[in-house]
Amino acid sequence: MTTLQPSTFITAGGRMKRLLADSSAMTWRGFAQWARTPGQFAVGLAFPVMMLVMFAYFLGGGMAVEGGGNYTEFLVPGMFALTMAFGLEGTMTSITQDINKGVLDRFRSMPIAQSSMLVGRSLLDMINSAASLAVMVGAGLLMGWRWHGTLTEALAALGLLLLLRFAMLWVGIYLGLVAGRSELVQAVQILTWPVVFLSNAFTSPETMPAWMGTIAEWNPMSATAGAVRELFANPGWTVTGSWVTDNVVLMAVVWPIALMLVFAPLAVRKFTALSR
Amino acid sequence: MHVPDGTAAIVAEGLTKTYGEKEALNGLDLTVARGTVHGILGPNGAGKTTLVRILATLLRPTSGHAFVAGYDVTAHADEVRYRIGLLGQHAALDEELSGPQNLHLFGRLYHLGSRGAARRADELLAQFDLADVGKKPVKQYSGGMRRRLDLAASLIMSPEILFLDEPTSGLDPRGRTEVWNAVRSLLESGTTVLLTTQYLEEADQLADRISIVDQGRIIADGTAGQLKSRLGADRIDVVLHSTDDIEQATTIICRATGADEATPDAYRRLISAPVKDRMSALSGVVRALEDAGVKTEDIALRRPTLDEVFISLTGEHHGDHNTQEVHA
Repeated sequence: MTTLQPSTFITAGGRMKRLLADSSAMTWRGFAQWARTPGQFAVGLAFPVMMLVMFAYFLGGGMAVEGGGNYTEFLVPGMFALTMAFGLEGTMTSITQDINKGVLDRFRSMPIAQSSMLVGRSLLDMINSAASLAVMVGAGLLMGWRWHGTLTEALAALGLLLLLRFAMLWVGIYLGLVAGRSELVQAVQILTWPVVFLSNAFTSPETMPAWMGTIAEWNPMSATAGAVRELFANPGWTVTGSWVTDNVVLMAVVWPIALMLVFAPLAVRKFTALSR
Repeated sequence: MHVPDGTAAIVAEGLTKTYGEKEALNGLDLTVARGTVHGILGPNGAGKTTLVRILATLLRPTSGHAFVAGYDVTAHADEVRYRIGLLGQHAALDEELSGPQNLHLFGRLYHLGSRGAARRADELLAQFDLADVGKKPVKQYSGGMRRRLDLAASLIMSPEILFLDEPTSGLDPRGRTEVWNAVRSLLESGTTVLLTTQYLEEADQLADRISIVDQGRIIADGTAGQLKSRLGADRIDVVLHSTDDIEQATTIICRATGADEATPDAYRRLISAPVKDRMSALSGVVRALEDAGVKTEDIALRRPTLDEVFISLTGEHHGDHNTQEVHA
């Protein structure tokens, strides 16, 4: 009756076949969840749009962009970066829920490619975030935001945004596994807010007290937001001449990769340590 | 490495598991024969769940070996995983998905293929009386339905060995009976069941053999009958008319039965004592109490309960005796 047997997992090809089959089952699970809770899925997509509208129209009137740029043009790329950074919470929550419900243990007691649990999670979260980004781009366009650079530059900008999301995925998996059954999830959810606001997403770090401004400039999310503004040729505060702002595109590549180099091994180690 | 003979479904040899300073398992040995229900009975924190998690390939032992269905649980985890089902303390289900979707997902992960998984899901839904649940998400299920679906999910592969870790904790009496009946019907298909429980009644009802676990090791092992007879033979229970007589009656019963000690329970007006010869003890106690003018409401001979075995074996360091030993 079974198409895959333990004997087929000895070969690399057999193992790869199993990893693909199991990862696709895990991904199917995510799609089925979204299909069953369309409201929740829609709210997830609408939340960053709501933030964008709030900041653009409630607060935007009081914001002046250095050099006379349009605030919406400035804000929209920052909100793209923020949406990617907030993805961390979603990943973390999914992982802790599976631990708490015992679903993770059920999976682990099954003859599956154990890594398919992480591969499936990654695929689902990246698909979800790509959808979220598409909705945000649509909302931005409706609000008058445009990219002024080439199409290649625009695609590179989207690539950098998804790269940040992928780095956040591994931070989220690690924190989810660490949090496990504790209240850490809520703490992280609350702490995400000051971390994303301490960036250049909404305003120039120059307007903040000096030490805060420095932290905000070095915030990985600021690197992505700044680089995306540069690539979309949207107004930004890249005139300050500090090293980070001068090398913002480089930092938007370096930061996510550095985060991944730290958190992906930590996450994998924590995952294998579940059996210790 | 020694591979145990094929007649045993589960063999554990010198299993230890330490978390820092804490020893969850402390040299545990266990053999479970194929096609039997083996009860693991013990107080909270005795190491029952740790044992199940090691046998179900979720945890690696610190030392020792365990073989399930003839395969080493650490070296051949995949072989073991195809042959076991695990029912944990809480229903391990995706709450957003429907019952059929859950079974379909798990079937695919057992590599039955999409069509095979759907077919198996239908069979199990019918078998567990869940065929008409429709598309309702599991979060709207009752506790009993959840447990049945959880059990169905652990039986997708018709496993040789099923681990039930406190399967009835938190269930009402009706849910408990449902689970018990399901376990009994599994036995007809030849499945070996390892059952952990805190409930003596559950072990007594279901298990062919019982191992009593305390502080990470097995302290007693045998059939329910064998364990009961370890506490001495039969017992006599005397229910008094009045609590006032309890001290006097305890002394009289000890003398009449020749027992070293009797257990009075003032709240229930009950005195319980071991007896060597059933009939002479019965007539002796009746006569002695009559002579002393102590009025009784009931006198009965019985086998000791597992409760008494359990408390006498684990009671010393837990100190949770319901009753008080009186030495005569």
